[in-house]
Amino acid sequence: MSLLHFQLTPAGENALMLYFDQRIDPQISALVQQACVLIRNELTDDLIDLLPSYASVLILFNPLSTDLHRVSAQLQHSLKHLQSGNSQTGNTIELPVYYSEESGPDLALIAKTKNISITEVIQRHQALSYRVYAIGFAPGFAYLGEVDPLLQMPRLATPRAKVPRGAVAIADRQTAVYPAQSPGGWNLIGLCPTRMFNPDSTPVMPVAVGDEVRFVAIDKAEFLRLGGEIPGDER
Amino acid sequence: MSGFTVIAPGVLSLLQDNGRFSQGALGLTSGGPMDAPSAQWANLLLGNQHNATLIECSVGGLQMRAETNSYIAVTGATLPLSINGNTAELWTVHKIRQGDVIELGMVSKGLRAYLAVAGGFNVAPQFGSTATVLREGIGGLNGNKLQPGDSLPAATVNSLPRRHLPVHHQVQFNRTLTLRLVEGYQAQSFNSTERQRFYLHSYTVTPQADRMGYKLSGSAIRCQQTQLLSEGICYGAVQIPPDGQPIVLLNDRQTLGGYPKIGSVLSLDCALLAQAAAGTEVYFTPISPEQAHNALCLAKVRTDALTSQMVNL
Repeated sequence: MSLLHFQLTPAGENALMLYFDQRIDPQISALVQQACVLIRNELTDDLIDLLPSYASVLILFNPLSTDLHRVSAQLQHSLKHLQSGNSQTGNTIELPVYYSEESGPDLALIAKTKNISITEVIQRHQALSYRVYAIGFAPGFAYLGEVDPLLQMPRLATPRAKVPRGAVAIADRQTAVYPAQSPGGWNLIGLCPTRMFNPDSTPVMPVAVGDEVRFVAIDKAEFLRLGGEIPGDER
Repeated sequence: MSGFTVIAPGVLSLLQDNGRFSQGALGLTSGGPMDAPSAQWANLLLGNQHNATLIECSVGGLQMRAETNSYIAVTGATLPLSINGNTAELWTVHKIRQGDVIELGMVSKGLRAYLAVAGGFNVAPQFGSTATVLREGIGGLNGNKLQPGDSLPAATVNSLPRRHLPVHHQVQFNRTLTLRLVEGYQAQSFNSTERQRFYLHSYTVTPQADRMGYKLSGSAIRCQQTQLLSEGICYGAVQIPPDGQPIVLLNDRQTLGGYPKIGSVLSLDCALLAQAAAGTEVYFTPISPEQAHNALCLAKVRTDALTSQMVNL
């Protein structure tokens, strides 16, 4: 089974990367979830943390209780139990977005690069539903895929020092909502008023890996009514 | 209240324990002290538990008043430390009486000082840790940096050995740093010319250097692989964005990212980089995972041995 092909390589002094075929695919995503369970069971107390993503898992181990060779040998053995199977889909969540040049400073660039109108960029972004493939980068940052090939954009050559909370963004065939102000290199197309990470609420995030997300356009008045803020808009 | 009151927080003072682990799947970063060995010494001097909460004071300027009897130790960056206006030694346990005012001046060497109190600051962990990560608004007191008037609860301690770490064991600050790097991630996608360029040339610490990462400037290096699915980022990972200028990702790094990485800097050297000001010259040198493991074990053995050599004053 070609799906079960995997590679284990060092990433740092106490880190190993487990790579599956490097593509965005619900079945690979399901393998990642499965691998996490196997790794936790195998490494137990030697494990410090696991960072799963689309087609990889970063495995952090305690370098004072084990080493790279021991961990590799253990995982080569236990990952033989991986089985390809169907991916399950979780809940469907709708996220409102205020798309505009005011809230999405890269809309015009995408439209120009792809030779389509800004309106079409906005329509195409809403036309699909997206799977939550990974959560990371920052708390509540959900990596959603896949974006319409016509909206595919490379990351910025130099990341922005400040991307505002709620920014809806595209990089390659991924889309996401920035849960907090942070540096970032994705192309910004709008703002979402929904809090993507709230440590005081249960659950702390509106989405989980495996969920489906749909974006729905709202106007500025609705955006503000839902608690959204335009960055740098002093009121 | 038993504990301490912040009079002035200085440039940036953050409560930290060793860091937040096992929360990567929520996207929470690890946080923790940027110079972990110095922070560890502050706790060791006081006989605290290894994960006791202390203050990381960047650049300096912290002033606190004791509301109880306690003991403190300040380690890390070199700065003037005074208690009620009297100069006090760094890397040393000092007795503190209720009403005493502790003042950290501005750093002259290094960037980050660590102030620990006997028993540690007693703040509630969030997601399993007290480490403050400002970008996330998590940890410390309400996810915030220290503010004037903040109350920092701590136990009353009336008796403790007054210990000191000899100067030759304290952190050294060099004008040039050589960062040991374990190659990994996309290392094979940087061809031999690019890797040679990376290891032969010096890089300079830029002002874009904070708890998230240190951006360096120097010879741009190129990665053959430009399309990359976002993947997990470990402490010390060296990310090469399309402009070719390396970024060493540190405690408050993003957990996942999609820029190519050539490998990861040894944690012991990340701690030295975290004390380096803008303009510091930096070289990278490759080491094997086995050498890295050896260095970590050696550092642990040395620290354990030194702990028994601390001088009782």
